[in-house]
This record gives sequence, C-alpha cells and structure tokens, in this order.
Amino acid sequence: MSKIHIPTPLRQYVDKQSTVDVKADTVAEAMNALVAKHPDLRRHLYTEEGKLRAFVNLYLNDEDIRYLQKEATAVNEGDSISIVPSIAGGAQDEPVVIPSAARDLGFCPKCHERS
Amino acid sequence: MATITTEIPVTLSKDEILRYSRHLIMPEVGMEGQQKLKAARVLCIGTGGLGSPLALYLAAAGVGTLGLVDFDVVDYTNLQRQIIHTTADVGRKKIDSATDKLTAINPYLNLRTFDTRLSSENALELFRDFDIIADGTDNFPTRYLVNDACVLTGKPNVYGSIFRFEGQASVFATEDGPCYRCLYPEPPPPGLVPSCAEGGVLGILPGLVGVMQATEVIKLILGIGDPLIGRLLLIDALGMKFRELKLRKNPDCPVCGTHPTLTKLIDYNEFCGIRGEEKPVANGVPEIQVEELKRRLDAKEDIFVLDVREPHEYQICNIGGHLIPLNDLPKRVNELDSSREIVVHCKMGGRSAKAVAFLQQSGFTKVHNLAGGITAWSERVDPKVPKY
Repeated sequence: MSKIHIPTPLRQYVDKQSTVDVKADTVAEAMNALVAKHPDLRRHLYTEEGKLRAFVNLYLNDEDIRYLQKEATAVNEGDSISIVPSIAGGAQDEPVVIPSAARDLGFCPKCHERS
Repeated sequence: MATITTEIPVTLSKDEILRYSRHLIMPEVGMEGQQKLKAARVLCIGTGGLGSPLALYLAAAGVGTLGLVDFDVVDYTNLQRQIIHTTADVGRKKIDSATDKLTAINPYLNLRTFDTRLSSENALELFRDFDIIADGTDNFPTRYLVNDACVLTGKPNVYGSIFRFEGQASVFATEDGPCYRCLYPEPPPPGLVPSCAEGGVLGILPGLVGVMQATEVIKLILGIGDPLIGRLLLIDALGMKFRELKLRKNPDCPVCGTHPTLTKLIDYNEFCGIRGEEKPVANGVPEIQVEELKRRLDAKEDIFVLDVREPHEYQICNIGGHLIPLNDLPKRVNELDSSREIVVHCKMGGRSAKAVAFLQQSGFTKVHNLAGGITAWSERVDPKVPKY
C-alpha cells in the first residue's frame, strides 16, 4: 500500500480524509486509483485531455516527479505521494468571478477547459 | 545566499547594545551579526496576516531598515489574525497602524512605508533599495509579480503562503536556487481556486508561517544555518506535522532558467486570468434586487428561495432558504420544482450566479440571482442578519 497525502482544499472531494491508501506500481496507477475511488477529484487535478494541471505538483516522498520518471515513476510499498497545489494565502472574501458565459459554466477563459 | 551590502560600517549605541544583549551574547549572532542586522534592508509586501508577525519580529530583532508596502485599510475581520493592528485601528491605513506598533517596539528602526499597491510599474524600483523581499501577500497575481521582480533584481524572495489549516514556506530566487515559477509555472485559473465557502484561515496559522519567514530573513542576513533554499516546507497545523519537499531549479523556467523568455514584468492579472476587479455578478444571468425580493415575499408571492452556500455558513445566518450547496446542486437538482419561480442566493452573489447559469442550462426558466447575496440583504433589508 502507498499513501497519498491530500491537501486541505481537496479533502472535501475525498470524504474529508487527509490521506488515502492505494495499491499501485506507478504514480499514474496510484492517481488513477485515487480518482476512480473519488471521481469528483478528477477535474481538480486533470484537464479534459487527462493532463495533470500546471498548478498541481506530485511528489513521491520528497522528490518532484517531474525530475523522476514523471507519472511513470515506480511506487514501492510504503512510499508516500503528495499532491501539492499552489496556494495564494490570505483569507480573501469571495474570489473575483469573471462575468462571461464560459466562466459561469465553470470553463477557464484562458484554456477553455472545464474547471 | 543573499548579498547584503554593508557600505557604511554601522555601530551600535549603548542603548542598542543593551536592547540586543540576548543576541550579542550568542556567538552565532554577536556584535558582527547585530551590525549585519542593522545594516540590512528588508521589504515586507503586505502588513496582513503574514506581514504582521514578520514585521514585528524583524523590527524587534534589530533589522535596520524595514520597508512596508500596503494600500489597504484595517478591517474588522482582519483582527482575528493580523496582530499588528488593533480594534482602535479599524478604518486606518494599515501602514499607519503598523508604523505606530513597529516604532513603539523599536525606535531605532528606519521605517520606509509605501502606501501603494505593488504593481509591474513600481516593483523593480521599490525592490532596488532593499536586500531581501518577504512576500506576505494573499493573491496569485502578486505572488508571481513578487517572484519575477525578485529574479529580475536578484533579491531573495522569502515566501510564505497559507490556506485554512495549511501553510507553505520557502526561500526563492537566490542566485542558485529555484524560484516560485520553477515550482508552479502557472497559476490556477480563478474558477478552480477554492471559493469563499472553502476559504478562510485559522487565525494562528499566518503567525506560524510569518514567524518562519522572519526566521529565514534573519538567517539570510546573518549567513547562518540552512536556509529554506531548494526546499518547500509544508505545514499542517491540524496534524501539527511539518514535511519537507525538495525543489529544483528548472532549467526551462521562463524567468530564472538558462534561456529566460520573461525578461521584464508583465500584466499579472491577465496572466492569472483576472480582468479588472469586476463584481462577482455574472452578466446575462437574470437578477433580482434584495428590496424587490423582500416586497414580493411580504406580498406572499410564490417564490422559492434557494441558498447555495455551505451548511456552516447557513448556521451563521440565513433567510430561510432551501439549502443546497453549489457543489451538490447537480445531483440534487431534482429537489427543485422548475414550474415555480426560484431566487438563488449565496453570500455575495458569485456562487449563486453560477447556480442560476447551471439551472438555466438544466431547463429552468423562472430563476433569478439575488444581487449582492445575503450580504446585501443584511445591509439593505434586515440589519439583524449578521454579516460575515
């Protein structure tokens, strides 16, 4: 079993758990197992094309997988995977909402991906 | 490592020697270290949650020149965590309020205040007169602006960030170390950042992270210890667990890589997908004003009020609406009767606009967004409803 650390902003999509245990041989398998178990998480981590979003980093133990074999990186028993999204900090009120039809339906105005 | 330029040899007065005696008797600081602190010039971006403890400790420690950049005014909701400001300061400019506290702690401090919003137009010039930049901001455009300006001016960026119960800290943009863009090449699109319902922050957390930033600033100035260069510290206040991840300088980084494509500051709002400071009211979504809703409810018209906030917000205050949090709406839409007129509200109108757009797409035709949300209701209809 490997442990996936879930950051606070995403815990609401995994029944409020801080870690999720998965059985997997690679990072990709581990992440697939995670989103299969918790489908609401998928759109927050991946684009429509299935690419990991640019503001989400994955770490195997303390190493950034971008500098290992990316999602093909092998996972061993007892390893931990961390999902580390960027956080801006502070405690703003409601975020600025861009008034466009695309935005209203949850599409990113820049990349037109469903958010 | 930070390059601290000590052009004029600084000396400590008798009073200063007494004041800093607990530093001076430690060989790791000593007279030489205390003089380095006095010669150092640190710019704090923001005097909010992170900036409060950061500036207070740097001033107390004897950092000679402290710059503060803030355009904001102290708000009642700031007091839960922004400990440099007091209840009596509500309504005052944050830099004025901060100036009072900092000079009260340390009259030897050379304080330089900038009552302005950090921007692509002023950042490079502001940074030029300082040795270290401490980023205590709260939004993505400013994060990227601070990072890029630090790389372009060659100043270390002492970074701290917080969200709810979680924090991150690192030191970016040193000569050989990674920058914020090496870690996160792009910001999240605004739609994906957690909404206000999921926002908020535990009041002590910026204290914890801001003090870590202050620690890193002091270490950089003194040239002691292992700074957080190339390391990202993750702070989990709930588990009280600290984890450390390795950061690498990305050779393809657009700003600090081997072939940088970004050689001057850009429009960071555009980069982060934010256009202006538009009110959280969506165009094209039919709206109703709070006064009209009140009048029609009083007239016993058949209106179904739908509240799309979170249950814990409903507990703070509500106007008796049917509660379906925005995220649950797609799977609970069958609870709604499309033949009835529906008015949707949230806190300020942002989430409810999304809900109205979703309902329209699902075939609802008699659906309106309550402009300004329950906040407008509190301000203009029923002041007994608390604002939060």
